[in-house]
Amino acid sequence: MSRSIIFYLHAHQPWRLRNYTIFEATQSHNYFDTDDANSNSNRRVIEKVAQKSYLPTNRKLNALLDKHPDFKINLSITGLLLEQLEAWAPDVLTSFQDLASTGRLEIASETYYHSLAFFYDRPEFERQVEQHKRKIEQLFGQTPTVFRNTELAYNNQLGQWADQAGFKGILAEGWDPVLGWRSPNFLYRPAGAENIKLLLKNYRLSDDIAFRFGNRDWEGWPLTVDKFINWINGTDHGEVFNLFMDYETFGEHQWEDTGIFDFLEDLPEKWLSKPDHSFMNFSEAIDKLEVKDDIDIQNTVTWADTERDLTAWLGNSMQQEAIKAVYDLGETIMGSGDWQLIDDWRRLQASDHFYYMCTKWFSDGDVHAYFSPYKSPYDAFLNFMNVYHDLHWRTAIFQDNIIQKETV
Amino acid sequence: MLGWELPPHNSGGLGVACLQLSKALASSGADISFILPYSPTAGYDFMKVLGASDATAPIPYATGVYESYKYLTASGSFDLDLHDQQELYAHRVGLLAESMEFDIVHAHDWLTFRAALLLRERHGCPIVLHVHSIERDRAGGHGGNPLVRKVEATSMLLADHVFAVSERTKQMIVDDYGIPADKIEVAHNSIDPDVFEFSDGNNSYHYLKYLKDKGWRVVANAGRLTVQKGLPHLLAAARQVVDYNPRTVFLIVGDGEQKDELIRLAADNGIARNVIFTGFQRGQRLRDAFSIADLFVMPSISEPFGLTPFEAAGYGTPSLISYQSGASEVLRSCLKVDFWDIDLMASKIIGALRSQALLDELSRNARIEFEKLSWQQTADKINSRYQKMAGAYA
Repeated sequence: MSRSIIFYLHAHQPWRLRNYTIFEATQSHNYFDTDDANSNSNRRVIEKVAQKSYLPTNRKLNALLDKHPDFKINLSITGLLLEQLEAWAPDVLTSFQDLASTGRLEIASETYYHSLAFFYDRPEFERQVEQHKRKIEQLFGQTPTVFRNTELAYNNQLGQWADQAGFKGILAEGWDPVLGWRSPNFLYRPAGAENIKLLLKNYRLSDDIAFRFGNRDWEGWPLTVDKFINWINGTDHGEVFNLFMDYETFGEHQWEDTGIFDFLEDLPEKWLSKPDHSFMNFSEAIDKLEVKDDIDIQNTVTWADTERDLTAWLGNSMQQEAIKAVYDLGETIMGSGDWQLIDDWRRLQASDHFYYMCTKWFSDGDVHAYFSPYKSPYDAFLNFMNVYHDLHWRTAIFQDNIIQKETV
Repeated sequence: MLGWELPPHNSGGLGVACLQLSKALASSGADISFILPYSPTAGYDFMKVLGASDATAPIPYATGVYESYKYLTASGSFDLDLHDQQELYAHRVGLLAESMEFDIVHAHDWLTFRAALLLRERHGCPIVLHVHSIERDRAGGHGGNPLVRKVEATSMLLADHVFAVSERTKQMIVDDYGIPADKIEVAHNSIDPDVFEFSDGNNSYHYLKYLKDKGWRVVANAGRLTVQKGLPHLLAAARQVVDYNPRTVFLIVGDGEQKDELIRLAADNGIARNVIFTGFQRGQRLRDAFSIADLFVMPSISEPFGLTPFEAAGYGTPSLISYQSGASEVLRSCLKVDFWDIDLMASKIIGALRSQALLDELSRNARIEFEKLSWQQTADKINSRYQKMAGAYA
């Protein structure tokens, strides 16, 4: 029985906001943390993650691609991260380009701004997907054919949209309540779609690496490659095993001293030692494998938390009010033709800003489990809204000018 | 005089009231030494300020006197519990007093009452307790911390005389603690227009200024974000006001344990864009909040006095205040409402914001009342009480 691993990493960093007070609204329009004396400045975060994760991981991946001609990897990387790498860590960007130049790194399409625009502003969503596609073409010389939405947020409408937009594949969480008796280890077709194929994350195997790897209280600890491969081979059914995770799993979420890099080092050699085992790129799997069934996902599924829904970003009224406020400005901002304003507006759409306002864990006192630059979700909300007020002012000023021109 | 705070380390109106009252008393001839629990940073020519300890002042908006609910146990941000804090202050005041001469001890609010009792025991002097708030006020109209209530009840029972900052407070002392009404005298708070710092033309709320130019209206509140202040009622009324006129913004200045709850409530009510929380402000940014507002609202559930509507009047801003405040006994040129009547609160806010004539009239008349304000009347009342008491003991 031939079995393949689709190994896919998602890389992203938002533009974090600086501490912005209501007194600055109308006075200052630089919202993003560029004060490098602050350890949370965007530049210093990029430099830190580059040292801990991007550079060592890419070095390792490069060596593995070199050593194993059948090793293949898949990546998604947001426009927000790419532009920050261009500014502050061009060596990291080069290391990604080196991986792509092997022809065995496939890059997925997504929104440039890591936004949830699909659910709020469809034309804006499509513009962001297009902007991301151009960026990937320009930097990596490949055109993405497989789509992943921010936070892997997926429902039937998205599947149908991606089908219409000409994508051949789309990614989603292989969450049991939507799969029913089906296994995530095959390809499926989104309900109502014609050509596109759905690849489902095997969240158990993926999270064994991404979340549990370094946890000494976990019964599976320590996780060796032999043990991991045994688990895959112990699965009754399956053609593809979709290991989807954040890029920062390597070196940032799981620190080097957990042995995560040794695990990565051993995985290709040991997996490929059986002749019917392989690694695949997304497109290859889509071309080679048949769909087994239609999958109907009416309610949005994501890859976050035990709920696997959007509540980490949109679960409370602060998050809903903040995101609605931002998208309500969209039409005027897009009409302004002011590209600085448009870019600032889009950066504020990054899902991270709303994630920082999540109160699900805060009430349990479990704030440390998730990284946030803020002391509390309430502070995150107030800071975001202060920035919103300035954005509103800039938008209103633009409208004032139109009215003046019309009346003159 | 025994007190828990003075500007610039005040968390609210208590420190300001203590300072201005002392000044007025001094100008009528009283020779005052004021003992704080912390080491003072500012000095005054009209009185001596002493620290009962070498400790520096607490952070501005977390001073203990208002946070009586925190004193049930030794946990929280305080190293000492209720009993220890008072004992320590009383002990140190006792040491300081050994080398001092005085005729009367005048103590402000519950944390200093035990020290006052100790001085009477040792020195045989009369003690006057000045009640700026009682535990029921701080707990938002409910019982509050039983330990604090016990301190208040016992001390007032034993005191030679009690001053209350309003009729309302006097009545609550009678009702809650059974203190005889003839032992309690009302000494209303005030403001000294002479030392009042007016706002200059350059307001720091640029965004609000822009909105106002575009026809928006600004409603402000300033104070601690705590249950006593009734802000959830204001946010409920704000929802109705915004429904009526979406171009209304509510400016909430201050900090406190209710902050997160209020932020959440504004979002739950769907008016997050219309409510701006500035956090704790003092100086120009506090003055500017009063002056940028079209209407100041003090929706307190239980406010022993409440100086903010008088300050608003000084900045030319009219107020809507709750009947459940001592200020409503004094200030005539303002709108009033019961704190629980959200519909009427909303209706009065809407009505006022719609009528510039009404706002102007209120503003002009409140300003006239403001200019007549003075601590002197209150100081005279207290001074004559001092004379009687000193005479009785002599």
